[in-house]
Amino acid sequence: MKVAISVNGSQVGADVEDRTLLVHFIRDVAGLTATNTGCDTSSCGACTVLLDGRSVKSCTVLAAQADGHEVTTVEGLAPGPDQMHPVQRAFRAEHALQCGFCTPGMVMAAVSLLAENPSPTEEEIRSALEGNLCRCTGYHNIVRAVLAAASERGGS
Amino acid sequence: MIPAPFTYRRAATVDEAVTLAARGGEDVKFLAGGHSLLPLMKLRLVVPPELVDIGGIGELSHISEADGHVRVGALATHDQVAGSALLRRELPLLAHAAGRVGDPQVRHRGTIGGSLAHADPAADLPAVALALGATLVTRGPSGTREIAAGDFFTGLFETVLEPGELLAEIRFPKAGPSGWSFQKFTKRGIDWAIVGVAVAGDRVALVNMGPTPLRARAVEDALASGAAPDEAAARAAEGTSAPEDLNGSRAYREHLARVLVGRALGEARSRR
Ligand SMILES: Cc1cc2nc3c(=O)[nH]c(=O)nc-3n(C[C@H](O)[C@H](O)[C@H](O)COP(=O)(O)OP(=O)(O)OC[C@H]3O[C@@H](n4cnc5c(N)ncnc54)[C@H](O)[C@@H]3O)c2cc1C
Ligand code: FES
Ligand code: FES
Repeated sequence: MKVAISVNGSQVGADVEDRTLLVHFIRDVAGLTATNTGCDTSSCGACTVLLDGRSVKSCTVLAAQADGHEVTTVEGLAPGPDQMHPVQRAFRAEHALQCGFCTPGMVMAAVSLLAENPSPTEEEIRSALEGNLCRCTGYHNIVRAVLAAASERGGS
Repeated sequence: MIPAPFTYRRAATVDEAVTLAARGGEDVKFLAGGHSLLPLMKLRLVVPPELVDIGGIGELSHISEADGHVRVGALATHDQVAGSALLRRELPLLAHAAGRVGDPQVRHRGTIGGSLAHADPAADLPAVALALGATLVTRGPSGTREIAAGDFFTGLFETVLEPGELLAEIRFPKAGPSGWSFQKFTKRGIDWAIVGVAVAGDRVALVNMGPTPLRARAVEDALASGAAPDEAAARAAEGTSAPEDLNGSRAYREHLARVLVGRALGEARSRR
């Protein structure tokens, strides 16, 4: 079927199989490969993107379901070249990544949280990231980064 | 992993969904949030030839009040239900339980109607619907039906829904000032309940203690005849047939049910 999705503000149209998953549309059709597939079973959150501004696991959404909607991936966050989104900046400053595999999904989950709740408590951050697994960091620095991003945005 | 090939169709209205499903035949499946169906299709445990996507039907995501009832459209997401000011005021049990389903990404997509229609015995909202005495309103080729939650679930992943029959709305009587509690026992944050308990007033329902969500009748009867909460909770496993799996034996779940019902009754009383 013909699908047209706004990905990071650009319209991406293609004729795809009905069963195409959104994550494959993003990686193979739109050519944006930051979004990872980890578990492929809706558990790890590595594939998290924003669909109409809210976090979703793109391995568990059909491209057809996103037809006519807006998708944001981690590539679409920075306001310009050589710039970073506050959450990206905070992840770097707080050492919130090691191998980086979970990071694109983790950042998008954090961005979605901060859109819904601009000043979350540590507890709220931990429960908002329940759907994102990280095998490396032990989570503490990730939580610190989200707290830092929240206070940077609150302060600016 | 990708699902086996299928034909995707999208319905814009309830009428269109019912017509498309009827035309497609017995094995057509409705697609709501896709958060139970797509994982099963990716594992090829379910292989429908055709999906009718009802996710875009705007008329089915309402949450509103009408004559002593709260009406929730089948496509209201867990996130919408958890965040609804009306539900937090009138049916805090439902709002709270919806906020404990899965993780934020799951709650952004998964719907209350999908959760009830899927009828997973480990799911949270079917037991909540039982505890709250919900009525399920369906639309199908042969018209509209109103089905009491207590009559809806018939077996493991089985309901009285007929092929092509759409769950449109869930109606809840307003709970009034009766106490409530929701207990969900998991080993990790995102897991499904090993056992769960929903209490609304004097109704007690159990998650994952049998092939369907169950009312804990022995507990309710004991309470009705004046038993203390602890005494009543001791009867929580009567009439259940809990599954045995990696998360626990039947005996372990029966023990959990007694403990959690005890906690739930205590918490519900404190909220009266
Ligand atoms: C990682 C993960 C964790 C989860 N954790 C939990 C949890 O802790 N607790 C919990 O309760 N659930 C959990 N779920 C399941 C989640 O709540 C699902 O959203 C829900 O079970 C199904 O809703 P859906 O809208 O996604 O339905 P879909 O997946 O679209 O559909 C499910 C089934 O119901 C049918 N259906 C859907 N809507 C209708 C309708 N309106 N009328 C008739 N038939 C319909 C479909 O044909 C299909 O057979 C989890 C899911 C995932 C992926
Ligand atoms: S790849 Fe989607 S949740 Fe793991
Ligand atoms: S940084 Fe390696 S998985 Fe999170």
